Amino acid sequence: MASNGLVSPRRRSSDQFDGSDPSPCGSEEVHVLAVDDSLVDRKVIERLLKITSCKVTAVDSGLRALRYLGLDEEKTAGDFNGLKVDMIITDYCMPGMTGYELLKKIKESSALREIPVVIMSSENVLARIDRCMEEGAEDFIVKPVKLSDVKRLRDFMTRDVGDGTSSDGGGTTHKRKLRESFHESPPSSTVSCASSSAPAASTTRSRSPSPSPSVSSSKPVTATTDFDFMGFFSIRGKSNNGRHVEDSDQHLNCLKEETVA
Amino acid sequence: MDVGLMQMQRRLAEYTSALFKEGILDSQYVQLQELQDESNPDFVVEVVSLFFTDSEKLLNDLSRDLAQQNVDFKRVDAHVHQLKGSSSSIGAERVKNACIVFRNFCQEKNIPGCLRCLQQIKQEFLLVKSKLETLFKLEQQVVAAGGSIPTSGSLPTVQQPIL
Repeated sequence: MASNGLVSPRRRSSDQFDGSDPSPCGSEEVHVLAVDDSLVDRKVIERLLKITSCKVTAVDSGLRALRYLGLDEEKTAGDFNGLKVDMIITDYCMPGMTGYELLKKIKESSALREIPVVIMSSENVLARIDRCMEEGAEDFIVKPVKLSDVKRLRDFMTRDVGDGTSSDGGGTTHKRKLRESFHESPPSSTVSCASSSAPAASTTRSRSPSPSPSVSSSKPVTATTDFDFMGFFSIRGKSNNGRHVEDSDQHLNCLKEETVA
Repeated sequence: MDVGLMQMQRRLAEYTSALFKEGILDSQYVQLQELQDESNPDFVVEVVSLFFTDSEKLLNDLSRDLAQQNVDFKRVDAHVHQLKGSSSSIGAERVKNACIVFRNFCQEKNIPGCLRCLQQIKQEFLLVKSKLETLFKLEQQVVAAGGSIPTSGSLPTVQQPIL
């Protein structure tokens, strides 16, 4: 695929490996911890990851995720519950701890901060994306997650080790580069699905969040088929008002910042 | 080739195609089909069944939420958000769209609007449920007759409508 913007010069958690670990893309499988409170979404992400040859552990909350990672009740990560985690993919909007809060906790932990964290969200909100990237998220995927999204992540995971290809070398540059790539127009549909005119293309939000409605994902366009209930068309015109809400307490906070999906 | 099987497959193809044409399903459903293979032959049915159960519960919750004396709109919104998410994940486009509209009325704290939306969502949900159940039956018949289920990507005229 063309430049996927996921150029991280950072080495993965290879720093955490004891000497016996070979490069993870070699004989070992990538182990992904998936966090999502939705049962349906957990099942889908699990399958998406498995089909791209990842080992998956799926949990339903940020708290469970932290427990699994050994970051329990302020204890430093000591024994991992199970396999070493190579990547964390988490939903943003969850009851209790949001994906953003989980991201922060992981990045604040010396033991875990090197693990790439990917955020998934059904809401395509630039402020949210920016905030996550600034906090150190590796990527931001707009739901529904597609096979092409996961394949891209997988490629990133296996490529990252070793030569840190195609990166401009700077630690902070890659994030800026990601942000720049946000403003590119989305690639055409990556899914081999039938000729759905535009929608599939726009859902890979790591490419271009395009919050302004005119440029925005064509999901709205196809979504308005024959459905004009209560002025749906006019509602589609609303855009993100850019409010920057603190995610300090409930999951419902994560729903405040956007107006329309 | 078995003419009966061919006819069944054609019926299946037409039925599936119609679901996309009518906007009942969108490309995400095709995604799910692509995740199904010999090692996971029931993946789509499993996910969709989860969606049905999940949604029925959410719809009940919503009815209850809106029947309260003091409606907790945050709670309502959270439930609709969940429903929107899961319907989006399986490609139930019309359910998803109805949820989007619902959330606007939620934000306006417009109870009558919310109630109307809830009705709409219920209708769309029942529709997609019934359609998918029929679809699965047709698929079962094809498989039982020795055929295989094509993914919608290989069907001739599967495309989303712009009505």
